[in-house]
Amino acid sequence: MTMEDLLTLGGRSIKSRLLIGTGKFASYSLMKKALEATQANIVTVALRRVDTGSKADNILEYIPKSCILMANTSGARNANEAVRIARLAKASGSGNWIKIEVVQDNKYLLPDNLETLKAVEILVKEGFIVLPYMSPDLSMAKRMEDAGAAAVMPLGAPIGSNRGIKTRELVEILVREIRVPVIVDAGLGSPSDACECLEMGCAAVLVNTAIAIARDPVGMARAFSEAVLAGRRAYRAGLASPASEASASSPLTGFLRDEAR
Amino acid sequence: MILTLNGKQESIERPVTLDVLVTAKGLCPDKIVVEHNFSIISKEDWSKITLKGQDMIEIISFVGGG
Repeated sequence: MTMEDLLTLGGRSIKSRLLIGTGKFASYSLMKKALEATQANIVTVALRRVDTGSKADNILEYIPKSCILMANTSGARNANEAVRIARLAKASGSGNWIKIEVVQDNKYLLPDNLETLKAVEILVKEGFIVLPYMSPDLSMAKRMEDAGAAAVMPLGAPIGSNRGIKTRELVEILVREIRVPVIVDAGLGSPSDACECLEMGCAAVLVNTAIAIARDPVGMARAFSEAVLAGRRAYRAGLASPASEASASSPLTGFLRDEAR
Repeated sequence: MILTLNGKQESIERPVTLDVLVTAKGLCPDKIVVEHNFSIISKEDWSKITLKGQDMIEIISFVGGG
């Protein structure tokens, strides 16, 4: 592996295949340390109504300038709301990368693929780099790709559930059939989950909760970062296939028993 | 007159422009984006918009999110 293994996404060459979400950290300064420790290249943020009573810090001051900011459309319940949030994000100077997140179900926070697709179609035409968070459905993923999505982001498990890549069989199909990068977003709980995603050929993962609520978020961010590297290396090196029977890795000649005369 | 600011009814005594409202709320102009009746208003144009009764104002900023 002499050539640097970069991820091409939205016309950019991305080094870190660990995308990091900025929610739920105990403080912005802790979040900043986690971003610096992993040399994150793509960082997600959300938009909210300001609380006119509070003097909260500006989160953008804690995100390294070298990072690509990707606003999400969380809070959107349909395509129109997602489009409205995306336009607000762009107007506030975060650039034109947008993660579409349209959710109507507050219990499982599962995405509405149809409304998400409608938002992708509109925002691609407006020049956004659009990454849809979606349920791993092949025909919808193909439609997202045809509509100009820069990547597809299937969930591994419900947001913030730390359950791992429960959708593996379906995500593997996307990896085989979809040309744009497949980035697993949501539900990953441990570095080994992230490693598994990269081993199976996913281009990257997006992790937030598992890092942010760890006892030591900076240490956990590093662990995820290393797991992503290991998984990617394993994928590029070519994994051996599982077999149902043993295949000796040492010579089986029983030389101690070959004394029969 | 009554207008709606971030979903809440707000009463103002006399007509003011958007930039005056932002300042009165103690908000830093560089951190926020303002929507007036569903149109995004750039900072340079805040002083050109005089608020009327029933206007809908949204003032948004970035927070942590995944």
